Amino acid sequence: MAGKTLYDKLWESHVVREESDGTCLLYIDRHLMHEVTSPQAFEGLRLAQRKAWRKDSIVANPDHNTPTNNWNGGIKDPISRLQVETLDANIKDFGALVYFPFKHANQGIIHVIGPENGTTLPGMTVVCGDSHTATHGAFGALAHGIGTSEVEHVLATQTLVQKKSKTMLIRVDGKVGAGVTAKDIALDIIGKIGTAGGTGYCIEFGGAAIRALSMEGRMTLCNMAIEGGARAGLIAPDEKTFAYLKGRQYAPKGTNWDKAVAYWKTLVSDKGAKFDTVIEMDAAKIEPQVTWGTSPEQVLSVGAKVPNPAKEKDAVKRGSIERALAYMGLTADTPIDQIKVDKVFIGSCTNSRIEDLRAAAAVAKGRQKAANVKLVLVVPGSGQVKRQAEAEGLDKIFTAAGFEWREPGCSMCLAMNADRLAPGERCASTSNRNFEGRQGAGGRTHLVSPEMAAAAAIAGHFTDIRKF
Amino acid sequence: MKPFISLNGLVCPLDRANVDTDAIIPKQFLKSIKRSGFGPYLFDEWRYKDVGEPGMDCTNRPLKKDFVLNQKSFKGAQILLTRDNFGCGSSREHAPWAIEDYGFRVIIAPSFADIFFSNCYKNGILPIVASAKIVDQLFRECAAQKGYKLRVDLETQTVRNPAGEWFSFDITPHRKHCLLNGLDEIGLTLQHADEIKAFEKQHKAAQPWLFN
Repeated sequence: MAGKTLYDKLWESHVVREESDGTCLLYIDRHLMHEVTSPQAFEGLRLAQRKAWRKDSIVANPDHNTPTNNWNGGIKDPISRLQVETLDANIKDFGALVYFPFKHANQGIIHVIGPENGTTLPGMTVVCGDSHTATHGAFGALAHGIGTSEVEHVLATQTLVQKKSKTMLIRVDGKVGAGVTAKDIALDIIGKIGTAGGTGYCIEFGGAAIRALSMEGRMTLCNMAIEGGARAGLIAPDEKTFAYLKGRQYAPKGTNWDKAVAYWKTLVSDKGAKFDTVIEMDAAKIEPQVTWGTSPEQVLSVGAKVPNPAKEKDAVKRGSIERALAYMGLTADTPIDQIKVDKVFIGSCTNSRIEDLRAAAAVAKGRQKAANVKLVLVVPGSGQVKRQAEAEGLDKIFTAAGFEWREPGCSMCLAMNADRLAPGERCASTSNRNFEGRQGAGGRTHLVSPEMAAAAAIAGHFTDIRKF
Repeated sequence: MKPFISLNGLVCPLDRANVDTDAIIPKQFLKSIKRSGFGPYLFDEWRYKDVGEPGMDCTNRPLKKDFVLNQKSFKGAQILLTRDNFGCGSSREHAPWAIEDYGFRVIIAPSFADIFFSNCYKNGILPIVASAKIVDQLFRECAAQKGYKLRVDLETQTVRNPAGEWFSFDITPHRKHCLLNGLDEIGLTLQHADEIKAFEKQHKAAQPWLFN
């Protein structure tokens, strides 16, 4: 008999029932929530006079609308404030295992706080009304984003109606070169498979280069699985995973810890397990990446030139390139390392953890942001990350370089709060999406690693971190 | 949820691939705590010259005249025809809410992003996957014929053009049943509450650390 993939194991251990057409009811262990995609779900429960099935599965906090400076001034935008207060009221009424309201010492981006307090564990199913739930796949948890109707469904039934995905293995063999990060691996993969390459699949990442990543690097990679079209990314748990989790507040303790680890060790794809698609990559060939267009698949190595649409034969693709260049204010064949930036954003659920901040600080140390760079925002992923960074003096390095050190939140990844680009402004960003208007109407986003973002802030334009 | 049975609807062609949910409904409108009222802001940045804000009255906003939704001949369209990977990016269900509130009930594309695709079914929208060849043909016919309509029938899973040519599409029996009858999925699932409880019991026994 063929072996099972990690995805098969996670799936099968959560099926409550299966219909003849393969539609399953899948049990959900962890329900993460934020203020943007939950209010209508709670309203639905109220209207139907339903309760939350298992309130101890819920971990919640506001993150999208919260400001990153002047917390004492509260949330100025009344519509944002109402949304955050609505989450407060809903959690008060329906209950939760963990809730960090605005300004709580541990508040942060939901995908950062789940792992750091041990509420994300291997073998779990994890959902959230947020596509970047894929992040938690770094622990060997089956984690994916859902819509608000599904948020309501999970609240009411602790299950989701799902069909099994196809499986894809992306194996990155070898070792990445200096200056090449998990973010570059993610962008390189998306550049190869396209933003729809993973549609219908759950992607497992494997190979020596993935094993070599820290837990935080693995979170960055799985976070971006959705940008490749896959609802979920997975990495099999290993000793690094267990070491990361041990002692965290909600991680198992005592004999439960030993039992859990014994179980978690079985969460690997068996030898001979069959994947629907296998992609093999050589880590040594991956270079620091910069997106040039308005889709994460429009990405190139920092040493490359902006593409020329005249060379594209496919009419739909050519149209996309032309539209992207017009929106981005770029000329074909411009060397990427000559593109100047107006703002830099270091943060988001992709790259706001302590290792990201350390990497950015190492680049910024003893240097100054370029005169043409108007603003460099450094936004830690959570209160815990912020305290740790300050204990290590990273905040001082950033402020000495002319960067701004802010309070935690989603911030300028999607610009729902006051942090945003003005029309036409160009940003080097460690976030996950370079869509039109994502960081502010008319704003131009280039996705990069934290090291590359910090280097762009210092140089005033994109520059190869390996030569910096 | 409104049931979907069939419709003979005007087709609006949106000739772009990778249309993301940020474009379908920009972030500032996500601050609403309601499910309704997103239609006027559908494709806001492509549709209007100014920057939209939640609650804004859109009747006198300056329009980007060449955007397809602003063209008179596509007024009242119920079928959106588009390209690959429609609805990619953010999981925001505000995207199908805006599409439905605007008046679209059917979207035809060669492929859809996963989360958006399942969100459609929860809101009485039928997303139809057609081959790139068929989609090309529909775009051509739509450009050639003013007032181009398609007849979509869920029971027989077919789409028919004015010339009477037709193609069929796939849908799972579960989704078809829910759409045809406008069913509340939660109510259906709760019919299996005892099975969920039984599963939960054995799951807790096997992995007690998952329960706090």
